[in-house]
Amino acid sequence: MASEMLTSSEYIKHHLQNLTFGRLHDGSWGIAHGAEQVKEMGFWAIHLDTLAFSVGLGILFLFLFRLAARRATAGVPGGLQNFVEWVVEFIDGTVRGSFSGRNPLVAPLALTIFVWIFLMNLMDLLSVDHVPTIAHAAGVPFLKVVPTTDPNVTFGMALAVFALILFYSVKIKGLGGFLGELTLQPFQAGSWPMRLVFLLPNLFLETVNLIAKPISLALRLFGNMYAGEMIFILIAVMYGAGWLFGSFAGLLQLGWAIFHVLIVTLQAFIFMTLTVVYLDMAHQEHH
Amino acid sequence: MNINATLIGQSIAFFLFVWFCMKFIWPPLTRALDERKRTIADGLAAAEKGRREQELGEKKALETIKKAKQDAAEVIALADKRAAEIADEAKANAKAEAERIVTAARADIGQEVNRAREHLRRAVAELATAGAAKILEKEIDAKAHAKLLEAVMKQL
Repeated sequence: MASEMLTSSEYIKHHLQNLTFGRLHDGSWGIAHGAEQVKEMGFWAIHLDTLAFSVGLGILFLFLFRLAARRATAGVPGGLQNFVEWVVEFIDGTVRGSFSGRNPLVAPLALTIFVWIFLMNLMDLLSVDHVPTIAHAAGVPFLKVVPTTDPNVTFGMALAVFALILFYSVKIKGLGGFLGELTLQPFQAGSWPMRLVFLLPNLFLETVNLIAKPISLALRLFGNMYAGEMIFILIAVMYGAGWLFGSFAGLLQLGWAIFHVLIVTLQAFIFMTLTVVYLDMAHQEHH
Repeated sequence: MNINATLIGQSIAFFLFVWFCMKFIWPPLTRALDERKRTIADGLAAAEKGRREQELGEKKALETIKKAKQDAAEVIALADKRAAEIADEAKANAKAEAERIVTAARADIGQEVNRAREHLRRAVAELATAGAAKILEKEIDAKAHAKLLEAVMKQL
């Protein structure tokens, strides 16, 4: 292990550090070599490892599915086509079940979200040390392989979904309809003076309701994956505590990994389903 | 664990991926699925139709066989009847012919008998005439006694 010389705390910190590219304090652009440097970079920095893995996995997803889509025939499907069709039918069924409007964007959106997040989550099952160790040997100081343990990824996707929610809310209901939805409920009144009285409380409640959607989407996924990753790291720390704890840690890791497969799939599914449901709400005149 | 521009990059990548998926992945896959569904439905319908047609054909074949058997039985019955008729006709013809032959033979025999009787009558008359002449010792004038002779011949 590359971390044998480090204390546990340093080991964990090292594992939670992204490979960050940004403006260093001396004015030049480069890769940060520690948490302080990352802090100095501020907002205009990017996590190279996060983006590389998430975009890479996204492209892998698109490549595989595009391959199947190009070869797709109505005849007897081959192995890859069979698998892809199974996923597509599963997504299609879920979307049909929870989305009542007509929008050609929603099903492909759900497919992208599900498969992409699933793949990103699945990176969690790679052992926490091997890839960073190899990267370290190749001269890369930090490497986090699970993009969904980076809040930037989950918030990035959740904000994109939020943008779609706002876009379709305004598109379907009109700006007036959307604003009416924000101000005329949940307290409803028959006369205009009373409506004015309720306007502010309603706006406050509905805004919270609206803002809660992307935040809960992002934090749910991030929290689950971050916690899972953290536990893998802690188990990995145990490997350094003698053969007894080490072998126990091996057992723990196996058990946690098996359990984590469930979380990986479930979180991808929840993110997808909630996105579809939110978009469905955005498409409905009154809910 | 900092929020930074990665967020924007991720959002852009997300939109690009969704766009790509919507443009190049989802439509051909769902099209293939729908097409296969249709093909299967058509195949099942065709199989059902074929089955019904086969049933119909079998029924028709059975009917045809039944009708053929009936026809054959009719033909056989007709042939039997005709054969019996022909046999009866032949029998009747043979009987008539036989009767005709017998009748002709009888007529011939009658003629022969008459002729023989005539012949005998003439011979007896001559014999009687000759006998009478001997008795009378003189020639009977044939011309004078022709009438008498005729009467005698008639009595024989």
